[in-house]
Amino acid sequence: MPRVTFTANLQRHLDCPSLDVEGGRVVEVLAAVFAQRPMLRSYIVDDQGRLRRHVNVFVNNVMISDRDGLGDLVGPEDEVFVFQALSGG
Amino acid sequence: MAEDLLIATRKGLFALDTNDIEGAPRCLGFLGDPVSSVLYDRRDGSLYAALNLGHFGHKLHRSDDFGASWQELAPPAFAATDSGESGGDKAPSVTFVWTLVAGGSDQPGRLWAGTLPGALFRSDDRGESWHLIESLWNQPSRKDWFGGGYDDPGIHSIVVDPRDGRKLTVGISCGGVWLSEDDGESWQLGGKGLAADYMPPDRIDDPSIQDPHRLAICAADPSRVWCQHHCGIFRSDDGGRSFVAIDRAAPSGFGFAVVVHPAEAETAWFVPAVKDECRVPVDGRFVVTRTRDGGASFEALSQGLPQGTAYDLVYRHALDIDGRGERLAMGSTTGALWLGQNGGETWSLLSAHLPPINQVAFRGT
Repeated sequence: MPRVTFTANLQRHLDCPSLDVEGGRVVEVLAAVFAQRPMLRSYIVDDQGRLRRHVNVFVNNVMISDRDGLGDLVGPEDEVFVFQALSGG
Repeated sequence: MAEDLLIATRKGLFALDTNDIEGAPRCLGFLGDPVSSVLYDRRDGSLYAALNLGHFGHKLHRSDDFGASWQELAPPAFAATDSGESGGDKAPSVTFVWTLVAGGSDQPGRLWAGTLPGALFRSDDRGESWHLIESLWNQPSRKDWFGGGYDDPGIHSIVVDPRDGRKLTVGISCGGVWLSEDDGESWQLGGKGLAADYMPPDRIDDPSIQDPHRLAICAADPSRVWCQHHCGIFRSDDGGRSFVAIDRAAPSGFGFAVVVHPAEAETAWFVPAVKDECRVPVDGRFVVTRTRDGGASFEALSQGLPQGTAYDLVYRHALDIDGRGERLAMGSTTGALWLGQNGGETWSLLSAHLPPINQVAFRGT
């Protein structure tokens, strides 16, 4: 089951410990996260579900490429990292 | 009630007791975070703060104990199915709340939010839920709107008629002045007479692309609307339907903020800068201009303000006036906060070291 880990800078705004959730693509993994923690959603994606401009998501060591559809593949042993970009500050 | 002034800044929300000359601003929350709008709802004592987090989007918080504790609320947002611009542009998403306004005195719990992109949202439950005012969003002329200061158009002024909360006057940069008399069910484009010299000659007077930086009414006579426009100062005597240009303001008619005396419609204050391409005080002399005769003449009020060495700019929400029309508060992008007494004839520096100030607001009674 993929593990999702969030930047410590997000912890400043709301509680978001690492979570183990089901999902084969980033969109599914994040949907599972948001189902458990609804308030987290607007911090990560915009009104249309697109990744916020100044948030970066990595699957293991690779930044995802589909920022609008979040269709990047996630394996059961993968780790998904949600970081804040260095832009946007 | 000790703290009577709220200050929304680039790095937190602050409050201050303006009657305590030795007092310092106290942070009410969100230290380090941009506060795009603050609203103290005099009807029920609620305090609202809209945030524009650089990375994590816009947020909305409410406090029922004046900042001792905060509750995060779901902020205004487009539905995932809301359509975007014609022609297949990206579907919309709220960037941030530019202004939060309380509804009428007979509309408890009603709030209005103006956002970027240029959308108006309404809540009837103290911000617990919001819905898009589609009648304005779906105006055909919206395709002509464009950004002013930001990439997208934005709603910064929502004026609720104190006599009838169903009557609204909305200012959009750059989308003109819009009027509703039925709670936002239907809209009329006002702003006839506004002039935009940033447009081709045949479109200078097109009401749908005007950039009213800020709209303010006289509480005792809401038909009188003052507008600090991108291209100067204008006044309306018919509730925003039409305007006349006021060209007597010295040292400049360019600026962002305007407030109107609550009882005297002929009296209004502005904070001038050189021009759109040079947003600093003229000759470094920081002044507030005041007219008391409907714009026929202006005074430049400077006592207590820095002269010759100032580069302060006052944003559109960073000038406020109290309910008696006697005291003004003003905050600048360089983090200076002033209190104006006697209608702005004398000014006192309350703080020189705040973060850049987005808004000041008297708490009222």
